[in-house]
Amino acid sequence: MTELKGQLLEVSGVSVTFDGFRAINNLSFSIGPAEMRAIIGPNGAGKTTFMDIVTGKTRPDEGHVLWGEKSINLIGMNEARIAQAGIGRKFQRPTVFEDQSVYDNLLMAVKNARGPFSVLLYRPSFKDRGRVEQLASEIGLAEEIHRKSGELSHGQKQWLEIGMLLAQEPRLLLVDEPAAGMTLAEREQTTDILVEAAKTRAVVVVEHDMEFVRRLNCKVTVLHEGSVLAEGSLDHVTANQQVIDVYLGR
Amino acid sequence: MNRSFVLRNPSILVFLALLAFFTLAVTALSEGFGVALISTSFVKTLGKTLCLALVAVAMDLVWGYCGILSLGHFAFFGLGGYMIGMWLMYERTRGIVEASLAEAPIPPTPQEVVDAIGNQIFGVVGSSEFPLVWAFADSLVLQLLLVVILPGLLALVFGWLAFRSRVTGVYLSILTQAMTLALSLYLFQNDSGLRGNNGLSGLQNLPGLDAVPQAVVSIWFLWASALALGLGYLLAAWLVSGKFGSVVRGIRDNEARVRFLGYSVESYKLVIFTLTAMIAGIAGALYYPQAGIINPAEIAPIASIYLAVWVAIGGRGRLYGAVIGAVFVSLVSTWFTGGQAPDVNLGFYTVKWVDWWLIVLGLSFVLVTLFAPKGIGGLFDLIAARRGPDRHGDDLGPDQGSLREKEAVE
Amino acid sequence: MSIRSRIVALPACLLLGLTLVCAALVPAPGQAQDTAAGPIQSVLQAHRALIEKSSRKTVGEAIDAITGSGLPQAQSVLESWQAKEMWQRETDGYFFRGREIDRDTVQLYDFDSGADLGPVPDDDLKQLKPNSGVRGLIGAALVRFQLTDPDPEKRRAALDAIARDAEASHLDAIAASIAGETDAAIKAAKERTLRLLTIRFSDVENERLAAIRSFKGDLGVDARAALNPLLATKVLFSPEPPVGNIAHQVSPGGAELSVAEAHAMMVTAGATPALPGAAERKATLIAHIDGGKVGGVPIGQLDTQAARDRAYAALAEAGVVAPFTPGQTEADAVASGRFWAVYDEPSAAITDAAAETLAAISTTVGVNQALDLTLDALSLASIYFLAAIGLAITFGVMGVINMAHGEFIMMGAYTGYVIQQIVPDYTLSILLAIPVAFAVTFAAGVAMERLVIRWLYHRPLETLLATFGISIALQQLAKNIFGTQARPLTAPAWLDGAWALNDVVGISYIRIAIFVLALVFLAIYLWIMNRTRLGLETRAVTQNPKMAGSMGINPDRVNMLTFGLGSGIAGIAGVAIGLFAKVTSELGQDYIVQSFMTVVVGGVGNVWGTLAGATLIGFLQKGIEWLNPSNTLAAQTYMIIFIIIFIQFRPRGIIALKGRAAGD
Repeated sequence: MTELKGQLLEVSGVSVTFDGFRAINNLSFSIGPAEMRAIIGPNGAGKTTFMDIVTGKTRPDEGHVLWGEKSINLIGMNEARIAQAGIGRKFQRPTVFEDQSVYDNLLMAVKNARGPFSVLLYRPSFKDRGRVEQLASEIGLAEEIHRKSGELSHGQKQWLEIGMLLAQEPRLLLVDEPAAGMTLAEREQTTDILVEAAKTRAVVVVEHDMEFVRRLNCKVTVLHEGSVLAEGSLDHVTANQQVIDVYLGR
Repeated sequence: MNRSFVLRNPSILVFLALLAFFTLAVTALSEGFGVALISTSFVKTLGKTLCLALVAVAMDLVWGYCGILSLGHFAFFGLGGYMIGMWLMYERTRGIVEASLAEAPIPPTPQEVVDAIGNQIFGVVGSSEFPLVWAFADSLVLQLLLVVILPGLLALVFGWLAFRSRVTGVYLSILTQAMTLALSLYLFQNDSGLRGNNGLSGLQNLPGLDAVPQAVVSIWFLWASALALGLGYLLAAWLVSGKFGSVVRGIRDNEARVRFLGYSVESYKLVIFTLTAMIAGIAGALYYPQAGIINPAEIAPIASIYLAVWVAIGGRGRLYGAVIGAVFVSLVSTWFTGGQAPDVNLGFYTVKWVDWWLIVLGLSFVLVTLFAPKGIGGLFDLIAARRGPDRHGDDLGPDQGSLREKEAVE
Repeated sequence: MSIRSRIVALPACLLLGLTLVCAALVPAPGQAQDTAAGPIQSVLQAHRALIEKSSRKTVGEAIDAITGSGLPQAQSVLESWQAKEMWQRETDGYFFRGREIDRDTVQLYDFDSGADLGPVPDDDLKQLKPNSGVRGLIGAALVRFQLTDPDPEKRRAALDAIARDAEASHLDAIAASIAGETDAAIKAAKERTLRLLTIRFSDVENERLAAIRSFKGDLGVDARAALNPLLATKVLFSPEPPVGNIAHQVSPGGAELSVAEAHAMMVTAGATPALPGAAERKATLIAHIDGGKVGGVPIGQLDTQAARDRAYAALAEAGVVAPFTPGQTEADAVASGRFWAVYDEPSAAITDAAAETLAAISTTVGVNQALDLTLDALSLASIYFLAAIGLAITFGVMGVINMAHGEFIMMGAYTGYVIQQIVPDYTLSILLAIPVAFAVTFAAGVAMERLVIRWLYHRPLETLLATFGISIALQQLAKNIFGTQARPLTAPAWLDGAWALNDVVGISYIRIAIFVLALVFLAIYLWIMNRTRLGLETRAVTQNPKMAGSMGINPDRVNMLTFGLGSGIAGIAGVAIGLFAKVTSELGQDYIVQSFMTVVVGGVGNVWGTLAGATLIGFLQKGIEWLNPSNTLAAQTYMIIFIIIFIQFRPRGIIALKGRAAGD
């Protein structure tokens, strides 16, 4: 890695082994402060494990994960600290708090002090309420704001979760298969939300669906057997013989 | 600030009004202050029931709202009882000892008084020395502080260890059960300093108030218990109403999501666990003076499981459900096991409720778990006819043991 | 003949001479048929009074006389006497061996000649009935004859008798009997007993030293019992080192000598004035109350120790009581004294050798105790393993927590009890109980899975509470049926007793059987899981129920059978546990928490983990009990605390599944 300066996230030489199986093998990856990146790869390529490592869920056996201008090492920090540092994560399955309203879900995510005692004494300010309403309209849920999120459709839940991520005001968004199970119209709106978000922050999208990736129109990283196989535009990587072998061959 | 949250939760006002009415009604019917329709021992039973309702509210906070099925909250309840019991027993014994020493030809030295108290209290375990844990037993203020601090401290240390290592679900339940078992086994020893299996006794007598009849004292304790329950209920309702409540319920439904939102799940759990332990301690401190005796058997793991049973039968995830469960099950249990329930003669066999009540309770508990996971509190939903989205009863979150959609409707 | 035997023989000769003289001096009165008393009869007649009115205190002389006579008939006389077969003719006081034919007739034999005197009416005869104390003394005396008895059993019994109640005279008898001993084992035992007796009774220092040293590293309790008294000391107060075999100087306040004892010694020796204690002084003050004051101090002010001391000092000054310095304690007084521990045994060489030998023995004993402890721990571990393996299946493999598991153990134990009521033969009933208990609890487990648990899969907390409801119902049901008192489940006779390696290391056969049973279960479990269709299907359903379902496996059936299997094993564990524990309705409760701990500590979903967990917990509990033997309750407390801390470092147990397979 030569271009150390100006990178938001810098993953270098990371490996992790589960019971003898190398899920991530000497992986290096970096992303700038306002960039969209798609990560593709076959099943078992290590996409989810990669996200687990960045968000602190899994601790790698070796390697560095450096973050921000001050190059803070994220390894060893817990999930909450990393999230507070500015990394948001969206799971594959929509995970929102279904017995709480859209408003409560978003309010919980709005950037504020996270300690138990400050939360205990917290009353929503005018500004926070405005922020929640603004987010709700951004993700197209302004009408549903007082409904329980369990009553939303699958796509709406996905958007709510993305909205919650945006409410956190992260500098890096990790999004795991956002388009899974969506209708075509929903996909288009999801793309819009993500592209809009990528203007002000880094967004990493893990996706299987090539069409969706093409629509994102961004740099693509191909993972295979826990390390980077190819990197570049979608057309560039799909022309790569190794990538074709991995996807079609075997 | 409080007004708005009380207004938003009308059930609180209803509950407080019912509690106040109940307390006044019992007072008016009591032997001490009213027309003597209710015996003093039954007033005590009612007062104890209010304390059980308070610890059930604590249990509901920790289990129904935060998703931690603690099988150890009776340990904190018992510790609270022990702390107040130490003062009661010490001061009362001192009164007796001083009265008897006053007849001696020369007045006793302070050391002689302490030695005589020690002899009286620890004679049954073959000792007369005061163990270190009794260091503050002569100070009501310090022992009252310990009622809150000791359970809180134990919960803090245990919770810190358990939550830090991310022990969750049934593992945590078993670990809390082990904690209770360890504590009760420890207290069963004679050299634990708390009189082994004899426990502390004579707690119903308030030192210095020998002239006041139990009929009056029982009403005092009823008032204190009702006040504690009211305040505890308010506190719990306030905790779960705002954003804190949102986060706590979020932890119950999907711990990982809350964590990735940047909340330190462990600290929230620790706060809830410690706080509920303190509430349990207070409930215990009010319960045991009414019961008159405390011994390590009270802390045995089974007691804590019963606590979970009450909350489950009453309806977890709603505070009034916990109160209803504790009051209903404990009063019905008292009725059946107290021999008041009439035997049922089947011709070939006579069902004695003293023998069969536990079987009925156990099986009805299975039935409630299977067919009415919302418990008795679920009946209120039928009245309110508020229905949630029909998601065919799926889990609300991906975590095992998270709330089901069926139960989540408030 | 050695010097030792000569010394002992000497008084015996003297006695013999004396009795012969006596016999000559006392004429037998009214001899009817018998011409003259035979030699043994003479001895008996000489001690007639003692024999007639025998008491433990006085009869010794008569017994010594009989034994010391050196007559061949002595043994038969003593045996008859001991067996209450000695009769006395009232007319002349002669003694005979007699056997009662019927109520009125006795068959008499002469002691000296052994001649049959025929049946005689018992009008003139009196049976001698020595009490048990006297019979004991006779037995001790008989030992020397029995040591050379042709019957090896009798020789062995004689050695046992000596071991129980040795006396100096046995030393000689054993030494004499060794040469003629033909049985190698008995010879070895005799030599060992000889060495033990030498330590205790010999007068020859070199022989004693050799005997003492010969026991180095010996594990026998008898060896320690013989050696320890040699090191008995008594504590003396003396400004100068006292005469005698001094062990060491003692400082008061330790286990050997308390301050109060030391002070009392000094007071007795007159080295320090008596120091009245606070209570004593208080009594004195009360005795000297004079017009509301004591020593000038008003009574009302005597509520502090300082004021009381002042009053007492005033009394002392007035000469009413002995001089008194406030604040002086017994500890101050004894600080100036010197105390010595002096051996009862005068020879320093002997005590040194004994101390050295005992030290060597205690090392060996320590090693063996560790071995014994290991066996104990292993046996406890196998009990926990047995109790937990069923739980490991239901909890570990299926993720279902079964609080009623303990009640299944109880059901198994009660099944064993019921079968013993029907089949009285213990061996047969136990062999029958194992499959029946399995069947009963298997059925109960399947019923529970069908009726309750299958509705609650993926809801572990709910399962926990529902099964708890079943647990309290089952417990109460057992109480209603069998009552609250413990029911016996008796092990067959061949499981009684213990396998003893030596005096320190031993383990009862029941525990060995349980250990073997645990191994058998491990093997069966591994076989089922790895070699059978059910095991394959179980593993498939555990890992991915949907996929397993789509491959034609019926997850419902697999879950039902797995749960039944886990419960059935609990039933068998119940039979095993019932053999050594009391069968009550609370039997299961005693094991349930430990079983959960075993599974949690070991690691879920892996039988090796359960094994490791059981081993850890078993060893830990025994280890803690060893450190604090008086308090098994505390041991359990500390163990649970240890486990809570252990979970900190290995939250998933000893043998943990790693990575994504482990779930979150």
